[in-house]
Amino acid sequence: MNAIILSALLGVVMMFSGIIIKEKSALKYIAAAGLLLLLIANLMHTYGIYQVRIDTHGLLDFQKFGLFFNSIVFAATLVYVLLSGKDIENTGLNVAEYFALIFFVLCGVSILSAYNGLLMLFLGIEILSIPLYILTGADKRNMKSNEAALKYFLMGSFSTGIMLMGIALVYGATGSFGMTPPPVNPVTGLYQGSFLEVAGLLLLFVSMAFKVSAAPFHFWTPDVYDGAPSVFTSFMATIVKAAGFIAFIRLFAGHTTILGPTWKIILSFVIIATLLIGNITAVFQQSVKRMLAYSSIAQAGFMLFALYSNNDLTQEGILLYTVAYSLATIGIFAVLIKMKDYTYDGFNGLAKKQPVLAFGATVCLLSLAGIPSTAGFFAKYYMLAATIKEGGAFWLVIVAVLFAAVSAYYYFRVIQAMYFKDGDAETHGPISNGFKYALLLLSALIVLVGIMPSVVLNWLYF
Amino acid sequence: MIPVLLILIPLLTGLLSFLIKEEKTVKGWALLTSLVTLVVAVTGCWFYPAAQLTYTTSWLPGLGADFAVGMDGMGKMLCLLTAISFPVVFVATQKNTYKNAGRFYGLMLLTQAGLTGVFLAQDALLFYFFWELALIPVYFLCSIWGGEKRIAVTFKFFVYTFLGSLLMLAGILFVYFHTADQSFAIKSFYQVKLSGAQQGLAFWLFFLAFAIKMPVFPFHTWQPDAYEQSPTAVTMILSGVMVKMGVFALVRWLLPVFPQAASDSAHVIIILSVIGMLYASLIAIRQDDLKRLIAYSSIAHIGLMCAAVFANNKTGMEGVMIQMFNHGVNVIGLWIVADAIEQQLGTRKFSELGGLAQKAPALAILLMVMALANIALPLTNAFIGEFLMFNGLFQYNVWIAAVACISIILAAVYTLNMVQKIFYGNTVPATANATDINQNVQFTLVLLALLVIVLGVYPQPIISLTTDTVHAILK
Repeated sequence: MNAIILSALLGVVMMFSGIIIKEKSALKYIAAAGLLLLLIANLMHTYGIYQVRIDTHGLLDFQKFGLFFNSIVFAATLVYVLLSGKDIENTGLNVAEYFALIFFVLCGVSILSAYNGLLMLFLGIEILSIPLYILTGADKRNMKSNEAALKYFLMGSFSTGIMLMGIALVYGATGSFGMTPPPVNPVTGLYQGSFLEVAGLLLLFVSMAFKVSAAPFHFWTPDVYDGAPSVFTSFMATIVKAAGFIAFIRLFAGHTTILGPTWKIILSFVIIATLLIGNITAVFQQSVKRMLAYSSIAQAGFMLFALYSNNDLTQEGILLYTVAYSLATIGIFAVLIKMKDYTYDGFNGLAKKQPVLAFGATVCLLSLAGIPSTAGFFAKYYMLAATIKEGGAFWLVIVAVLFAAVSAYYYFRVIQAMYFKDGDAETHGPISNGFKYALLLLSALIVLVGIMPSVVLNWLYF
Repeated sequence: MIPVLLILIPLLTGLLSFLIKEEKTVKGWALLTSLVTLVVAVTGCWFYPAAQLTYTTSWLPGLGADFAVGMDGMGKMLCLLTAISFPVVFVATQKNTYKNAGRFYGLMLLTQAGLTGVFLAQDALLFYFFWELALIPVYFLCSIWGGEKRIAVTFKFFVYTFLGSLLMLAGILFVYFHTADQSFAIKSFYQVKLSGAQQGLAFWLFFLAFAIKMPVFPFHTWQPDAYEQSPTAVTMILSGVMVKMGVFALVRWLLPVFPQAASDSAHVIIILSVIGMLYASLIAIRQDDLKRLIAYSSIAHIGLMCAAVFANNKTGMEGVMIQMFNHGVNVIGLWIVADAIEQQLGTRKFSELGGLAQKAPALAILLMVMALANIALPLTNAFIGEFLMFNGLFQYNVWIAAVACISIILAAVYTLNMVQKIFYGNTVPATANATDINQNVQFTLVLLALLVIVLGVYPQPIISLTTDTVHAILK
């Protein structure tokens, strides 16, 4: 509860601080301080030191897993603000509002990590999404940004509509917004959901797949990610996506039995389609930003494995995936924003001109590709291991592994451009030393998690 | 502690090398540290009791993976080869200049750390870690300092091997979940009980990774291009040490974990290897480029090792052990000659060379020793290894061995052809003003030639070093 309330409050505070504080560059420090506060408040809740108690009649259920996920998200946002705070400032005029919207998004995340009823799921998704529509259009004078915002809004509301319909059907069938399916039939030992309920769940599946940009519901992703100001793309592609997955997993953890064997068939189809479309399309992109948009679809394909399996490795895995994927994507986007030219050629010769930037980007890309000794390796490892442990889907693991090899192609193209090709990669103005140190710290963190994933996972069992 | 030191010294000194700006300093530094590693390796091989040659510490307790390294006979032998190769390569290429030499030598030493890790790992996940880590610095080395087509060629090499290793990862996970105690430890892997079909599946996942690395026909297409385009110092490491990773992994991981599948698939793999031997030898005959010729000849030799591993008998296995070491020595020697010729004359094409023996007699003599070793003439080191391997293959199947033996004749054809075209006949414009090799090259070549002859007459040190592995594998 701490996090939900505090993040909403901080959002309001940020909004008004824009009026009081005239110095634009001070705002990011306030936001960073706010995030730190939020992180501390959440940790206090996690370890039972202090928490605000409000009776929600069981609509929210705070479990250690969700709270820990919150901490990861807040920490990642902190890293994001520290790395890219300056670029958020440069997006437009209403700086305070951007930070306020980010806090509102975090409020949505905190609800999604703790919801215990379909109603709260809906609220969480909406609180998460609406600030994002605005952030996508933050660059008001840019047509592409406007177009992306409108597209995102239309498609987003469409999927929300589908979600509502799904919720209505489930409610109609079971008479409750609850998350746990009714008890199994004592005679047959099975619970056969009614037709209405199954239809409702499928609609929910479609809308959630839309939110996490799983194929074939991914069509909005490239345009929106490409059109949105790059700083906010970074935020959307990492923190928001991870939150979507947490909600997705929570929603279906108890419901897979109702859908029966069909569930795995549908899910396998979605996983393969997502991996296929994400990876193959990313190969053909000329712009690094668009490539990253498709790669985020491809990474979603890997994260979907967390839905396929349901064991202890899954939980650890999705957390590790969130950490690894968020850190790497925030890092690579932070470098991308500094570049003048977003095409691969724009990166030519970056290693000579800005060795630190090139090195940081390389570590992030290696992590995204899943090379051992970077965080990305263990993220993928856990996803695959959880699926193998679940049994019966080894072929799916092989497919995923083949696509992981494909992904090396487009990630390494950036490395090639930076290190092996001649050219003068131009950056927006000089790069501050603070940014370089932050990037190096991020790289060190990625490698640390890659060698010792237990530094993250041990927190789960405290 | 010895195995840890063997990994740690090149790792740390490699990272330090990145900070050294002065080219001369970094060359000296790299040579010095690689010599220190060599001393440690020699100490470990002969002067330490086996009990002190393992080191285990907890790494990922939740997953059942430990940082476990240890040296058995084969590990010792390959560490020794690695530790010898690096200083030799550094001395032989001392006169070559590199842009950003600090990075070059840093990456080289990191490669050494990765390679040594592969040979010492006693834990499947750790093995996978090092397997990949050895690849990354090589990727950068070849792509930055390589020849004209370096980027595309290296990328092909990288994607190929990366694909292989990912499949192996799936295989490792598959076996891991079938181990009795959910552990990556090599002991648990050796004791895992898999049904026939399961063994077959996991076997091929592992084998693909190793086959690409060695490379075995038909997975060899990355190799000649990569060898040709890489800077020669890296090519020496690639063909001298890195391809041994594949053969090593067959013996360390494949045969003991999947004995049933290995003997079931042996026939197919041996036939593929023999096809590869003949095919590569035939192509080598047609080459006009010195580097490509050595590359194809290397495929042929590795093919024989792969076949002998799967023959799965004592003679063959002993031959593989000796030959892994000897092939490393010989092929590095050949690359040093190729590099010396290219550096001085600016070409490696036979059609543009000739009569070099008059101008560079020392080089001619030393190359002759290496060339004879490449053909596996008696009294050279390769003879013992190849003789044992053919013997092992003969015990497996007479006809296959007979066909494979053709490759010996073919080896003589292309190797002697090469010697003749470069060194004899009349001098041509390119070689008219040639001078003899410099002292560094001479020194390393003499050293390697001595190894060739000494091990050719008295191979016992290597045989006794690796007997324990041979016995353990065949039990």
